[in-house]
Amino acid sequence: MQHAEPVTVPVDTLLEWYRTLVFCRRFEEQTERSFRRGKIGGYLHVAIGQEAVPLGFLSALRADDVFFVSYRDHVHTLVRGTDPRAVMAELYGKLGGTCKGKGGSMHLFDVARGNYGGYGIVGGHIPLAVGAAYALRYQGTDRVCLCFFGDGAMNSGALHEAANLAGLWGREGLCPVVFVVENNQYGMGTSVERASAVVELARRFDAYDIPNERCDGMDVVGVYEVARRVVEEVRRTGRPYAVEALTYRFSGHGAADLFQPYRSKQEVERWRQRDPILLLERRLREAGALDDHAVREVEAWAEKRVQEAVSFAESSPEPPPEELYRDVYGA
Amino acid sequence: MTEMTYREALRSTLVEEMDRDPRVLLLGEDIGVYQGTFRITEGLLERYGPKRVIDTPISELGFIGAAIGMAMLGLRPVVEVMTWNFSLPAADQILQNAAKVRYFSGGQVSVPLVIRGPNGAGVQLSAQHSQSLESFYGHFPGLRVVAPATPADARGLLRTALRSEDPVIFLEHAALYGIKGPVPEGDDTVPFGQATVVRRGRHVTVVAYSRMLHLALAAADELAREGVECEVLDLRSLRPLDMDTVAESVRRTHRAVVVQEQWPLFGAAAEVAAGIYERCFDDLDAPVERVTGEDVPAPYARNLEKLAFPDEDRIARAVRRVLQ
Repeated sequence: MQHAEPVTVPVDTLLEWYRTLVFCRRFEEQTERSFRRGKIGGYLHVAIGQEAVPLGFLSALRADDVFFVSYRDHVHTLVRGTDPRAVMAELYGKLGGTCKGKGGSMHLFDVARGNYGGYGIVGGHIPLAVGAAYALRYQGTDRVCLCFFGDGAMNSGALHEAANLAGLWGREGLCPVVFVVENNQYGMGTSVERASAVVELARRFDAYDIPNERCDGMDVVGVYEVARRVVEEVRRTGRPYAVEALTYRFSGHGAADLFQPYRSKQEVERWRQRDPILLLERRLREAGALDDHAVREVEAWAEKRVQEAVSFAESSPEPPPEELYRDVYGA
Repeated sequence: MTEMTYREALRSTLVEEMDRDPRVLLLGEDIGVYQGTFRITEGLLERYGPKRVIDTPISELGFIGAAIGMAMLGLRPVVEVMTWNFSLPAADQILQNAAKVRYFSGGQVSVPLVIRGPNGAGVQLSAQHSQSLESFYGHFPGLRVVAPATPADARGLLRTALRSEDPVIFLEHAALYGIKGPVPEGDDTVPFGQATVVRRGRHVTVVAYSRMLHLALAAADELAREGVECEVLDLRSLRPLDMDTVAESVRRTHRAVVVQEQWPLFGAAAEVAAGIYERCFDDLDAPVERVTGEDVPAPYARNLEKLAFPDEDRIARAVRRVLQ
């Protein structure tokens, strides 16, 4: 881990981030309730506990930068500014969804905002991000590409083949990609210790001559400081970089992961002490920028916005039957 | 019309399209410095430089995945696989990403990607290097699958592929690289999903593609000496599959033989035969015959390999059976 830089984020921005984190948390909790009520089908992977990583990283991007995500993609999509109503409608399988209801939870896209999607095969999207980064330089731009994936993807061949290509192409300044390892400690129910011969995942990028570091993924300010420095370096050099953000999911792997026999309540409780919302709230209270009244206001605002998303999703029409055959081929 | 080889047809089309469209770039193993295993990319590194002609490590999953990402961002990558057998490590990328991302993104992205290289068997390469994968890739919606048999079609289909908005599985055949044929000059394209009648005949329709077309034509020559007139069709595209042209022919001949190089179960010939039954059942005077590879991994020994794949005699025998 490198030395922390002084906090330069204005209080107004911190307050905005606080609102965003609270909103994302309430949104994710709502998706779990909607899943249990049968409104959301398929798989549902929420990012409760991990929100600071996408928020910190995506806050460091320019509007014309791009990113790829794993299937745990709701928060990334929300913090990038996609209408929460469209996100919820996608989860509900409705025409008003980000992908007309044809992708679902694992495949949220918003290409107009540089969101090149969530992908359902562990590690499978990492080569895409490396190629996308190459394309950005080939086209003569200084745009960068972020690629988010979990600790589980670190053991997939796709990661290693893609990282080797990134290392190679980066030597020519042709691969401005940041690998963001969202290390939430478990690939489904298997801990990093039980899955990776080297538990410090960032170090594995040494094998591909890719500079790397670890950061605290629960502190959004710290994440942002690292992200800003790394993104600007990658933008300048066209070389890849890897950041392993240490984080934790408080929910199960997916909606079906109810009993979580692979971890103890004490462990979850320890991490809850470092809940990213709690940490930011404490920082804001200490700065005198947040009090009980303001917290209640944020909570009410977030809840209202979540319910608006639900109402929109409920009332959005189902995709018509002709959508079945659309988007298989281009013109 | 000019005369050129299948190899020259492919190479000249790549050059013309790269000259025309700066978004087109090439990736593959040993396509640059080495000039290509089958020399399709000869001289292209020198002509276009390493940014557009990328020598990759032996890492199909990685570089085919990367090519998909390039295509999603607006480039038009052409990947050479040294043989299609080596596409299998990248099957997850091709089938799970390239074929589907347009659909699950609700139409927000396109993957204008061409993957090309030799497919099929016939030169004692044994089990891991002799496969024909058209049925495998043809199974998946979202992909286009083509298999040209002649220099003209190699050129016309490759040009269509390079201008397509979809991922194209472009199946060449190593045994065909050296064959010569007439090629139209200029900006010719051959549309996907159009079979062509290569030889007219009244008695039986023989449906083939890629190298099997040439065996079917040889069999038709032999049968002509017995007074049998074969109508020989080249499918050219497997997906989309032009069953209209096949059915139109079978309605005239009332008999059909379908030829493919790969294994019989769930194969392209089974698909074509089923399509004939669905469309022309009442027109048929005999059951449709399939001529396929044997249902075994490809053997190395020359005599066994000969037994494992179709030849003109087997096609001729199948034709005689449907005429009985």
